[in-house]
Amino acid sequence: MKHLLSTHDLALHDALRLLDTAEEMAAVGEREIKKLPALRGRTVVNLFYEDSTRTRISFEAAAKRLSADVINFAAKGSSVSKGESLKDTAQTLEAMSADAVVIRHPASGAPARLAASGWIDAAVLNAGDGTHEHPTQALLDAFTLRRHWAKVAGTGSPGSDLTGMRVLIVGDILHSRVARSNVWLLKTLGAEVTLVGPPTLLPVGVDTWPCTVRYNLDEALADRPDAVMMLRLQAERMNAAFFPSTREYSRRWGFDDARLAALDTLGLGDTVIMHPGPMNRGLEISAAAADSVRSTVLAQVRNGVSVRMAALYLLLAGGTHDDPAAPTVRENPALSPTKEPAV
Amino acid sequence: MTGAEPTPGNGYLIRGASPLGGPRQDLLIRDGLIARVGPGAAPDPGTRVIDADGLIALPGMVDLHTHLREPGREDAETVETGSRAAALGGFTAVHAMANSSPVADTAGVVEQVYSLGERAGWVEVRPVGAVTVGLAGERMAELGAMAESRAGVRVFSDDGICVSDPVLMRRALEYVKAFDGVIAQHAQEPRLTEGAQMNEGEVSAVLGLTGWPAVAEESIIARDVLLAQHVNSRLHVCHVSTAGSVEILRWAKARGIRVTAEVTPHHLLLTDDLVRSYNPVYKVNPPLRTADDVQALREALADGTIDAVGTDHAPHPSEHKECEWAQAAMGMTGLETALSVVQHAMVETGLLDWEGFARVTSTRPAEIGRLAHQGRPLAEGEPANLILVDPAARWTVDPHRMATMGRNSPFAGLQLPGRVQATFYRGHPTVLDGALNAPLTPAAKETAWTG
Repeated sequence: MKHLLSTHDLALHDALRLLDTAEEMAAVGEREIKKLPALRGRTVVNLFYEDSTRTRISFEAAAKRLSADVINFAAKGSSVSKGESLKDTAQTLEAMSADAVVIRHPASGAPARLAASGWIDAAVLNAGDGTHEHPTQALLDAFTLRRHWAKVAGTGSPGSDLTGMRVLIVGDILHSRVARSNVWLLKTLGAEVTLVGPPTLLPVGVDTWPCTVRYNLDEALADRPDAVMMLRLQAERMNAAFFPSTREYSRRWGFDDARLAALDTLGLGDTVIMHPGPMNRGLEISAAAADSVRSTVLAQVRNGVSVRMAALYLLLAGGTHDDPAAPTVRENPALSPTKEPAV
Repeated sequence: MTGAEPTPGNGYLIRGASPLGGPRQDLLIRDGLIARVGPGAAPDPGTRVIDADGLIALPGMVDLHTHLREPGREDAETVETGSRAAALGGFTAVHAMANSSPVADTAGVVEQVYSLGERAGWVEVRPVGAVTVGLAGERMAELGAMAESRAGVRVFSDDGICVSDPVLMRRALEYVKAFDGVIAQHAQEPRLTEGAQMNEGEVSAVLGLTGWPAVAEESIIARDVLLAQHVNSRLHVCHVSTAGSVEILRWAKARGIRVTAEVTPHHLLLTDDLVRSYNPVYKVNPPLRTADDVQALREALADGTIDAVGTDHAPHPSEHKECEWAQAAMGMTGLETALSVVQHAMVETGLLDWEGFARVTSTRPAEIGRLAHQGRPLAEGEPANLILVDPAARWTVDPHRMATMGRNSPFAGLQLPGRVQATFYRGHPTVLDGALNAPLTPAAKETAWTG
């Protein structure tokens, strides 16, 4: 594995290796001295074109627990409006001998572009790109789900997958990189994923995804999910006519107190409620739901460090294991499926 | 056939070419005209003989849709470099789009572009006039002044921007009837395509790129054909890209509406699957669509629903493509690959023969642009705007070896059929042996037909 760009192209054995390694990293986090020498002398750059304190400090903590040197490069705003191109920034980091670049960018595909461009040799970790993917978020969600699923089954987490688990992902799917990464990864791990949201916030083409789509949250809950993942509603969507009002959105797609009570009524004692944070309390999730024993919100944050340690470790010190996790993109138009004989 | 030299006084004898893929003929070119067509002509002394064994003779290609970037973006392309690329690609006329800086919305600017084309001497450069002042979509530009200028503009377009105001579009369609003009519409409903990055569908859903839905093109075409019918005007639809657009055009033509349409070579070959690489060389407007759209466009070009190929040649400096997808400029080069891509997609699939190729690349675009001396038959007394093509050649596209300044070819690395061996522009060989020969100089022009 040279880069971690998406979960769409992540094979099952690589996903399991990441999750199992994260379990080992989690054990380190429970020690008094939470540090490993694995990446001593290596340089990890956090290249953030968007504000994201939570993700940045999670990656920073992960790199530091592995003894890497960490450089935080906050390049907020578009590279063009800043005057320096992504290419120039990348080559600057290359000249500083960065071993890994953790990139958060508002443009979908920017990490893939960086990885494929030849501008830089470093490993590229996608820390969220536009509305495309956020693979480490999905990995930490899967890690959290896997621990829960193993506990319910009374087995151990390492080596296990999510076969048979039913997961709802609720909210703005259209603009959510978290939802995309989770759909692909949870499916790879064997879970059954259902997306729930207003039709305006589901992408055209979602019918080809390996999941079920529903518009009604109450009906979806009645189907007895094992986990309900609520997505954050971005402020900029609220005034763009995707739905009539935030109150209506909240009534139809928010995880409110009535729906929290419904889980009990349905006898779903083991169903957990997830949220990638930061939460809009009272909008997509009620305070009672966020603070209930079902909530995994803080466990998700904790697991984020372990998963990011695993990703950094496997990319930078994982050896020469030959695997197909790097995306294979088709750049040659001759390979495009346009129904014609080869020239 | 070596070296660059002025037009010999006794012209050129093209020996053994196959006009439109038919029986072999000799063509004598003299004084800017095709002086004789027939077998076994013996050359006069001083006549240069060109061995055209195995080559097909075709009327010079006419592009309805070229971005030459000058004035204003000479870092991307100039009239000189763009028209060199055109000649190498087998064109004898190009229509230079109006989105230069300043915009070609006055007689002064179109005459400047026209003069630059004349001075360059590689192809006939026909400026397209803007429909609205500054392409702003608010006030009609002085279309009459551009029509009556030395540039003789007949095609008007705000290309890059849709004339979305239905009243303005109606008025423009009506107004250009006064001088037999045509409005070439860039069909893109603006509200449906805010922030659009690629075709909206299965691939955009996965990539998280804002979609450019087919309906944004089709709804404008539907509106415009109805407007054209209502005011009985001539409408041309630029770069048609969807199967749905084809259906609307077929319906409109069946009703006798005066609409013509073009398709780009890239929309005849490439699909949005390529965007999975996030390589901005595949970013273009309208976007690459699906394999079903590609198939519908090919069939429409074959059956005449789509009249012509237009390259939408859009060179960009490398820094506008060496960046994130969302920030990259839209557009692809196309002049030097058009012939090969159309041969590959249309001729080698059996959808068009060479006569059909000449229709869609030369005859129809010349008619639409009202170019009297282009797209003519290969017959005695006709202007000698013609090309010789080696259909058996195979070559690998290398953008760094092109004459255009743009390196943004989506066909880079692809092996394609067909090579332009010679281009005759007003009887003068701008291209010989597959390489640039010499432009039509003022001295050469004196002996040539002048249009």
